[in-house]
Amino acid sequence: MSVIEVRGLTKRYGPQTVVDDLSFTVEAGQVTGFLGPNGAGKSTTMRMIIGLAAPDRGTATIGGRNYRDLAVPLVEVGALLDAGAVHGGRTAYDHLHALAVSNGLPRKRVDAVLARTGMEGVAGKRAGGFSLGMRQRLGIAATLLGEPRVLIFDEPVNGLDPEGIRWVRDLMRSLAAEGRAVLVSSHLMSEMAQTADHLIVIGRGRLIADTAVSELTRTNGEGAVVVRVSDRARFAQQLSAAGATVRDGLESSLVVSGMSAADIGQLAAYHGVALSELTPQRVSLEEAFMELTRDSIEFSGVAA
Amino acid sequence: MSTDVAPRAGFGRTLQAEWIKLRSLRSTWYTLACLFVVGLGITILSSNAAGQAWETATEAERLAWDPTGRSTMTYIVAQLIVGVLGILVVTSEYATGLMGTTLTAMPRRTRVLAAKVLLATAVALVAGEVLMFAAFFIGQPLMAGQNVPTAHLSDPGVVPAVIAGGLYLGAIAVLAIGLGVLMRATAGALATLVGIVFLVPAVAGLFPSWMSGVFDFWPTLGAAAPLGTVPDPDFPHPWLNLTGMCLAIAAVLAAAFIAFRRRDI
Repeated sequence: MSVIEVRGLTKRYGPQTVVDDLSFTVEAGQVTGFLGPNGAGKSTTMRMIIGLAAPDRGTATIGGRNYRDLAVPLVEVGALLDAGAVHGGRTAYDHLHALAVSNGLPRKRVDAVLARTGMEGVAGKRAGGFSLGMRQRLGIAATLLGEPRVLIFDEPVNGLDPEGIRWVRDLMRSLAAEGRAVLVSSHLMSEMAQTADHLIVIGRGRLIADTAVSELTRTNGEGAVVVRVSDRARFAQQLSAAGATVRDGLESSLVVSGMSAADIGQLAAYHGVALSELTPQRVSLEEAFMELTRDSIEFSGVAA
Repeated sequence: MSTDVAPRAGFGRTLQAEWIKLRSLRSTWYTLACLFVVGLGITILSSNAAGQAWETATEAERLAWDPTGRSTMTYIVAQLIVGVLGILVVTSEYATGLMGTTLTAMPRRTRVLAAKVLLATAVALVAGEVLMFAAFFIGQPLMAGQNVPTAHLSDPGVVPAVIAGGLYLGAIAVLAIGLGVLMRATAGALATLVGIVFLVPAVAGLFPSWMSGVFDFWPTLGAAAPLGTVPDPDFPHPWLNLTGMCLAIAAVLAAAFIAFRRRDI
């Protein structure tokens, strides 16, 4: 059964529809990447899931219930939408303690999450002096207080150094491995490629793709194929006649698109052409993402 | 999960959590310290000036001389500091984004705001009463040393007047929380509060006479009537004036609850 279920979710701010009839589900035991360019509506969707913003239409439920109806929210969902959302004058310990008490969680949970996020040493320090990385850890610590089945993170690696990014990535993987559902947003496909099992891609508030990571690169791999033959010109003609698009590649190769490597091999065999190279170009997630969201980027710059 | 305490989230827990949040901020304690330093400082200064005021007072002024009112007069500045306390309880969470975290842990918004109002008002009420009694006990001996008429706690009307001072400050704290919720920004809420308690009273004389009915219940104006012991012919039932202000503040608070429930964070 899906843990987070979003059905026909719609949110308007004035004349602008920020989230537009969005539906998807998030399953337990995996990291679901929530991808989209800046301004695609990722944060707004997450805020509607945890009840901070009210949808104009549609529903977002967790285990079949609205967030606001959860009796003890922190044992069901841990959400980090903004790492800066801590009062700078309060110590890390007091911040977590107040949250734990609000849900009747024992004090030892505070110590446990401080340990898991490596924050024991700074528990007594005021959050105002924390680096972004430490604030991020504190925010993540808060989400783990109730050992929830669902975790929601909005751009958790933004502004982190490589070590911090690695730590967050490993944490997400281990949380999913513990059987929890992890929904994590990002505008960086390369980041998701290393963390997520499943991807939900949105652009301008609409669902663009809801797919396994491996699936996305395959189907959107408008994969070009690099071909090398002795008689380039002739084979290029034969390919074009068969409906492929051919252009010249590096070092007298042909770059063929619109036809799979298998079909190109068949064609070569039919014409009795000896291929010296036949290499499908695997499309990176980055390219697949650009391809998917090309029409839905809010502000696109023009390359000079 | 084997825990000695079963996780649950009722109003008691919300209250407990909000109390931890309130007491774990240095700004809470600084504001309270400021309330007493400034509040009692003004009492000391105004008490020391009492001798001179008595010297130069006319016969009519001497008849209306109110030693208790001179002590409780410190409310004028104290109300601003109590207001800051009330405003910050809400706006500091908006400013830092903490409100999102708070409402994620405690999605029942009415409960969260009720806890905040209850705690901040209780703190303001206790601090306000302590301040008012301290101002009375510090101010009267200082005035006695200058051969100016003074009051005793046992004199008629003194205890109600001093208590009214603390109640008034508690009510202003509630108003401040309401403004904080409606404005969601410290500067806006504070400017509005200053406008209500200082600016409007300062220019009240310029307004048309039909507005005097409103000013009878306005902070610093009519609503402060119960803080004195000498009857004011304008306010035959001074507690009615304070009650009127409290009702208006209750309306502001009701609007704040509605806004807090409905608005996106």
